[in-house]
Amino acid sequence: MAAKVITVTSGKGGVGKTTNVANIAAGLALGGSKVVCIDGDIGLRNLDVVLGLENRIVYDLVDVIEGRCRLRQAMIKDKRIADLYLIPAAQTRDKTAVSPSDMVRLCDQMRPEFDWIVIDCPAGIERGFRNALAPADMVLVVTNPEISAVRDADRIIGLVEAEEKGPALLILNRVNMEMVKRGDMLTPDDVVDLLAIELIGIIPEDEQVLVGSNQGVPVVFDQKSRAGQAFRNVCARLNGENVPFMDLEARPALFGRLGKLFRGAAD
Amino acid sequence: MFRRKQKSASSAKDRLQFVLIHDRTNLTPEQMNRLKDELLTVLAKYVSIDGQGVNISVEQDGREQRLLADIPLKPAETLRRR
Repeated sequence: MAAKVITVTSGKGGVGKTTNVANIAAGLALGGSKVVCIDGDIGLRNLDVVLGLENRIVYDLVDVIEGRCRLRQAMIKDKRIADLYLIPAAQTRDKTAVSPSDMVRLCDQMRPEFDWIVIDCPAGIERGFRNALAPADMVLVVTNPEISAVRDADRIIGLVEAEEKGPALLILNRVNMEMVKRGDMLTPDDVVDLLAIELIGIIPEDEQVLVGSNQGVPVVFDQKSRAGQAFRNVCARLNGENVPFMDLEARPALFGRLGKLFRGAAD
Repeated sequence: MFRRKQKSASSAKDRLQFVLIHDRTNLTPEQMNRLKDELLTVLAKYVSIDGQGVNISVEQDGREQRLLADIPLKPAETLRRR
């Protein structure tokens, strides 16, 4: 095995980066890959709670880098899926505790044993971003169809290109088709036009995402959730499958309307 | 029946298009205007410009920006008199 390193970044905070990392890592593991994810947000640890692994942390990323534990000891194994591991962020330190070359070394050490290494990049464009970007083979930029998030995504895409880590791929998160249809939300096509990069995922807004986070169970496990399906599709595309984008709009609304029509006729 | 007033998403797109061009080129709208003025001043040394039809803008071409200048020229004096 020679792992591919995916760095998930966004520029702006709060667009769903950590949720995306949790679901992509879990989704890839569900598909039979061996996956480790790294929480790169030192001082603001979060991936552990989203994955439901917070109770099992003993050592963290900085402990590994500073030699207080072996790499193995800092990897928390998820008990629900065969091959999913987490290296949590340190909570009591800051980003300067890790350097870009530390991250490259750490990932190189893990590459032979894994299929995928997924790094959760902190918000912003400073040290934490450079740490997360340094080992990347592939960069996923997460954004929302929201003016500030798209602008920041554009900045990040430019920086990724400048570091010769591009072209980045886009995940458009929290798309609300009702609003798109009303003309009150940028469409996926609008965002792709503006950012001029390739899309790898469109995640519909879905209450089950929050429900999953509440319980520490990423929504990708939920077979009925549309967001879960969208994340499974992202994972399939990462594995080289040619999966068409889900038809977000038509179905429920169309059926609803048709249903109403038929009911109307029957009345 | 499809004509409505501009929806908020399309004004978001227009505004983003504008702001991204300035972010990417590191040119403020003010600097852009000065660039246009100076460009025309230089050109006017050599040719006579029809100021009415001048159109200079930065357009997005994929991830790249390009400066497009459409500058109509007036016919040379001699030609006009004939």
